[in-house]
Amino acid sequence: MQYMALIYTDPALTPPMGKAMNDDYFAYTRRVKEAGVMKAGDALQPVTTATSVRVRDGKVETIDGPFADTKEHLGGYYLLDCADLDEALKWAAQIPGAKYGTIEVRPIVVFG
Amino acid sequence: MIRDTPASTALDKVMREDRGRCLAALIARFGDFQLAEDALQDALAEAARHWDQSGVPDRPLGWLLKVAGRKAVDRLRRRNREGAGAAALAILASDPVEEEAEMIPDQRLRLIFTCCHPALEPKTRVALTLRTLGGLTTSQIARAFLDSEPAMGQRLSRAKAKIAAAAIPFKLPEPEDLAERLNSVLTVVYLIFNAGYTAGPALDRDLCDEAIFLARLLNQLQPATAEVEGALALLLLTHARRAARVLGGASVALADQDRALWDGPMLAEGQALLDRAVARRRSGPFQIKAAIAALHSQHAPDWPQITALYAGLLCHEPTPVVRLNHAVALAESGALQEALERLGALSDALDGYQPFHAARAELLARSGQTTAALVAYERAIALASSPADAAFLTRRRNRNLS
Repeated sequence: MQYMALIYTDPALTPPMGKAMNDDYFAYTRRVKEAGVMKAGDALQPVTTATSVRVRDGKVETIDGPFADTKEHLGGYYLLDCADLDEALKWAAQIPGAKYGTIEVRPIVVFG
Repeated sequence: MIRDTPASTALDKVMREDRGRCLAALIARFGDFQLAEDALQDALAEAARHWDQSGVPDRPLGWLLKVAGRKAVDRLRRRNREGAGAAALAILASDPVEEEAEMIPDQRLRLIFTCCHPALEPKTRVALTLRTLGGLTTSQIARAFLDSEPAMGQRLSRAKAKIAAAAIPFKLPEPEDLAERLNSVLTVVYLIFNAGYTAGPALDRDLCDEAIFLARLLNQLQPATAEVEGALALLLLTHARRAARVLGGASVALADQDRALWDGPMLAEGQALLDRAVARRRSGPFQIKAAIAALHSQHAPDWPQITALYAGLLCHEPTPVVRLNHAVALAESGALQEALERLGALSDALDGYQPFHAARAELLARSGQTTAALVAYERAIALASSPADAAFLTRRRNRNLS
């Protein structure tokens, strides 16, 4: 069973992306990899770099900015392979961002 | 049931006592909440037909489980033919040879933990627990929580869909999570009890009895656990006073209740459970609440000790309501001024909470602040959730401010 752990943080409440934070994420990533749980994971550039597109009446509309203007932004993700939700929540709670942001955990659809 | 035949009576009895057990066994076997419920429904329909003609079988529960198991397999085969394929096939392939129902272990504890999983909304936990373990119908649950039946039905199906899609496990928590998960379960049981306490016997299924049934079940399935014993003790010590709680349409304060109406054996059972729990030396919020309820049952409540217990409870639950109770206990112990100051600090958080204004009115009246007391009584009466409570508050106001 695969789960997407989406890391949402409020930049105003987030400690600067310094060495301490990098070390925390490196350590977590190593652990989750060694456990054979991590399928993928990335950090995203800040939301100020986001561009949104949609197609209406066959025309592409391009918008500067994120899809939704919220205080908390999607900052990165881990794709986790776990036995069940309990295991996924355990790993998600250890993501460094969980201490000041929120991790949303969503199961991946399996097309049978 | 539609008619009162031996078959329908037997079915009613099995479902009342063992619906949870049936469902738990089916979910353990098939790993699918909705499938288990549908299969059990199929089996009940078949039982209603079959038992009427051929008589009630010797072991009704075993019969139902066996037939429900077959119905579930039928449904999986059909699902498979309709192309929803691989998952259904996997279950069929792993399905063990049909066991004798009597050999199937009691899986209800796992079911309780799944229904009360923290990934579900608290109200959903309550509803799902009542539906699967208490065997209440969707419409009964809807009525208990003043919801419409379609809304409650939707809440239940969304929950079952989430359990399946997100793989909320059907298993006992890891030892390191047990205390927290157990607290979540006991909180659900307590919420059910409180809903029954507020609604009174207005519903056709008494939710207080339902909560006590669940607490007893937990105490049987997870024995020798201090907080489970504490929670059951709390419910029994509270429920034992139910007959004395309302008199002539008005609620009666504890100190004024007719103790002859209290249920002596139930109080004794609660006290014995509490003693056993405390002896385990694993303190927790439910034991503390039970200890407070036990002290309230004494002829002259020991207020300094009740105050100390509320202070202890604040460590577990630092909520405005516990702070309110702590302040009231302080006032009863003689620290009236300090209590009023503490209440003052809660006025924002508890502005819409009737007991807050009622308590504040009492303490203001006691300290001679008549005008402020009158205002607080009016506010409390306006917020009263039942006519009995409003009548009680009006009586208090007239007595204390004349």
